[in-house]
Amino acid sequence: MSLDIENKTTTNEKLKTEEMILNMGPQHPSTHGVLRLELQLEGELIVNVKPHIGYLHRCFEKHCEAMTYPQVIPYTDRMDYLASMYNEFGYAIAVEKLLDIKVPERVEYIRVIMGELQRVASHLVALGTYGADIGAVTPFLFCFRDREKILSLFEMTCGARLLYNYIWVGGVSHDLHHDFLRLTKDFVDYFRPKIKELNDLLTFNKIFIERTANVGILPLDTAINYGITGPMLRASGMKWDLRKDDPYSIYDKFDFDIPIGDGRMGTVGDSWDRYYVRVLEMEQSLKIIEQAIAQIPEGDVTSAIPKRIKPVVGQVYSRVEGPRGELGYFIISNGTVNPFRVKVRAPSFVNLAVINELCKGHLVADVITVLGSIDIVLGDVDR
Amino acid sequence: MKTTEEIFNLLKDKFGESIIELKTDVPVEQFIIVNPLEIDKVCIFLTSNNELAFDSLMNLSGVDDANGETKKDEEGNTQTTGGTLSVYYHLESTSIRHKLVLKASTPRENPEVSSVAEIWRVADWHEREAYDLLGIKFLNHPDLRRILMPYDWDAGYPLRKDYKNPEYYQGMKVPY
Repeated sequence: MSLDIENKTTTNEKLKTEEMILNMGPQHPSTHGVLRLELQLEGELIVNVKPHIGYLHRCFEKHCEAMTYPQVIPYTDRMDYLASMYNEFGYAIAVEKLLDIKVPERVEYIRVIMGELQRVASHLVALGTYGADIGAVTPFLFCFRDREKILSLFEMTCGARLLYNYIWVGGVSHDLHHDFLRLTKDFVDYFRPKIKELNDLLTFNKIFIERTANVGILPLDTAINYGITGPMLRASGMKWDLRKDDPYSIYDKFDFDIPIGDGRMGTVGDSWDRYYVRVLEMEQSLKIIEQAIAQIPEGDVTSAIPKRIKPVVGQVYSRVEGPRGELGYFIISNGTVNPFRVKVRAPSFVNLAVINELCKGHLVADVITVLGSIDIVLGDVDR
Repeated sequence: MKTTEEIFNLLKDKFGESIIELKTDVPVEQFIIVNPLEIDKVCIFLTSNNELAFDSLMNLSGVDDANGETKKDEEGNTQTTGGTLSVYYHLESTSIRHKLVLKASTPRENPEVSSVAEIWRVADWHEREAYDLLGIKFLNHPDLRRILMPYDWDAGYPLRKDYKNPEYYQGMKVPY
């Protein structure tokens, strides 16, 4: 048998090509939970990404309608389970607006300290897992080591490490442990140098920058149109933080900056910017915590908790700046002890929707980079 | 900065009958009731007008108003006939920093609302959620599918007040 060399040429015209559909997830280790991404590929280039969500849907909003107002709080914990304190915080503020009650000053300070500690803890997971997704496993362990210290502070306060049921409507369930403020101060002093350590290890690592800079660029006008909020919006260059722009609680009493993305390593709004904004935000949170510890007054934390919550007929949309962005509660009251309708504007749900815009034209490996930089929690997406 | 009342008067001049009512007697939030089939035109005006510039949709939520006639059959199941489903729009302008709440009510038997997903892309998933959980159909929506419930869920819309859990889902007993 003789070889016909003439016909063995492999030019592009002779190769048959077609678009391919590839499913990533729902049990993929870097989809941060049960999320399925339907990738439409041309070779290794992304043509379209279609997210399929709902695997973790637990009917939070339906549950609420069968509960009384205070009973909803443990359910809010289970939405964004990496930022439970903030979910409670947002819900409590919304119901307080409906009831038109003011909480004691000490309660406000406790809530802010808890909220900011939670923000640091949540960002640590975001940054650590982001590194792990891309292949840097060591920073992940470092981040979780420090997050553990925050969880211990929470455990000391309310006995739970992840799902707290601590912030109640009108107050908090009980006062701080007598050692809490000292230990929190110690943690702040301990943690500051660790941010530098993280920067040396991961942030300014050449390989990490190569993987994340100029990947998944989100222009500002697209971001606003898609309703993107939180660190993602700020990374695209907009100074927008509800703690400053629509102040709630006592955030107007503290002095802190809003870090925004500046495209230092590539383009404004790329994955590296989204990562780095979170690093800078942790420093600002520490600053707020320090000020709050210095100013916190004495007082009763349970005095304003209403015995029976029965708001008048009405509705409220109230929002707070959660670690992932704008966390809004839309509550309609029909004058009974049960909420008539609770709708949650979950930041992860809204932020995830933009993934198609970010991934188009990139490689399959960049989907992981982009998804990690969005920082979703599937409990928050699906509720 | 414009108050809801000023915006209401502006819209009333421009759209006439489509702007139905300004609700001010409710605590905390005032809102404007708009014709559900004209809501997209109203929203285009709200985004493009320089004095209003509502570039951001904070939230969109469907609600079962439960204002129809409710009947109980002998097994104790409730059945609602008539009444309305509503969609609430919470708008904000990031440049002028004012907010606005719109409401569009549509009959429960044939709930149809014009989609605003082409105006604010954020509405895309919110409208899919409202369709999924309440069965509100958004006209001209680019991709109206179920989003949170399984694609083959055929036992109705869970957030409606008269929703009843099915006994079986795809041959599996519920609760299993």
